[in-house]
Amino acid sequence: MKSLLDLMAPVLICCVCIVAAFRGVDIYEAMVCGAKKGLRVVLDILPALIVLFPAISILRASGLPELLCRLLSPVFGLLGIPEETALLLLLRPMSGSGALAAAAELIGQYGADSLIGRTAAVMIGSSETTFYVIAVYFAAAGVKNSRWAVPAALCADLACFISSAWVCQLLWG
Amino acid sequence: MFSFLLLSIFLLSTLFSLYFGTSSETGSSLFEGAEKALAFCLSAGGGICLWSAVMEVMERCGMASALSKALRPLLGRLFPCASGDSQTMAALSQNVSANLLGLGNAATPAGIRAARGLAGLGAEDELCLLVVLNTASIQLIPSTIAAVRASQGAVSAFDITPAVWISSVLSVCAGLGAAAVLRHLWR
Repeated sequence: MKSLLDLMAPVLICCVCIVAAFRGVDIYEAMVCGAKKGLRVVLDILPALIVLFPAISILRASGLPELLCRLLSPVFGLLGIPEETALLLLLRPMSGSGALAAAAELIGQYGADSLIGRTAAVMIGSSETTFYVIAVYFAAAGVKNSRWAVPAALCADLACFISSAWVCQLLWG
Repeated sequence: MFSFLLLSIFLLSTLFSLYFGTSSETGSSLFEGAEKALAFCLSAGGGICLWSAVMEVMERCGMASALSKALRPLLGRLFPCASGDSQTMAALSQNVSANLLGLGNAATPAGIRAARGLAGLGAEDELCLLVVLNTASIQLIPSTIAAVRASQGAVSAFDITPAVWISSVLSVCAGLGAAAVLRHLWR
């Protein structure tokens, strides 16, 4: 199981390339084109990150998140969520780049293979920028009243954060 | 809203660092942050581009469309109104399959087409359900965060994948459950 997960990326690439070869897809050309698209994504988020990383850094350095953690820790303790991830959780539904910046800080500070680092990664990997998605879809559909979409989506987010914390605690705690 | 968020972060941090006496750390942290942003994009960017390359191959060899066909019966049950309209249904299953494969570039246009179709059918509850499904991420390969982990020295960047799956499934179930309850309460 462990070596399978270590090899997940190469195995997946092999599978994709085998299917592509059977279908007659030009693998090299497709990969270069995809990498170019990826570069555009990175370039698109870079300016936002240059603004948001300092904002997260200054916020963390000021000591305000510790205060927030202390205030929220009874609730978080009850739910089983590590209080260090408070800032990440608050930013996640609002700003994808902001949450990524907060997660990168946590992963850098505690280490990628630490429990906190892993929990932050799972939280990011299994959630979305809720308010952004809601805004885009309802605006595109021309529907003004989002009805029960916001409360239901926030329920899903909360479930995601709690289960991320629990599963990580169970697997790597 | 974003400007307000930024303004309050900067203002609160400055005021609180005076209050807590952490002004020297706070002062230097601004430029360190900007430096870190650039370093982050350089170190995680390679991985993000590589996955984008693999996903492009997936898309071109028709994996997304095969998956979307396989998903159609299941989605028909979740979206009974949409299942009568073949174009909306096609957009819907494209959206979900692209989300599963992590093809963000393909998921949003398909999702928007599906949302417009559902709004046209007057299926407001199903439109909400589509949005909730899209806000609860369902990704088979958590490539972006794996690239971030790899850049920060993770031994095995993808070893969080099973945890991401479990947590995604639970969050989608919670979203569907909340939708089932709320659509009856919302009158």
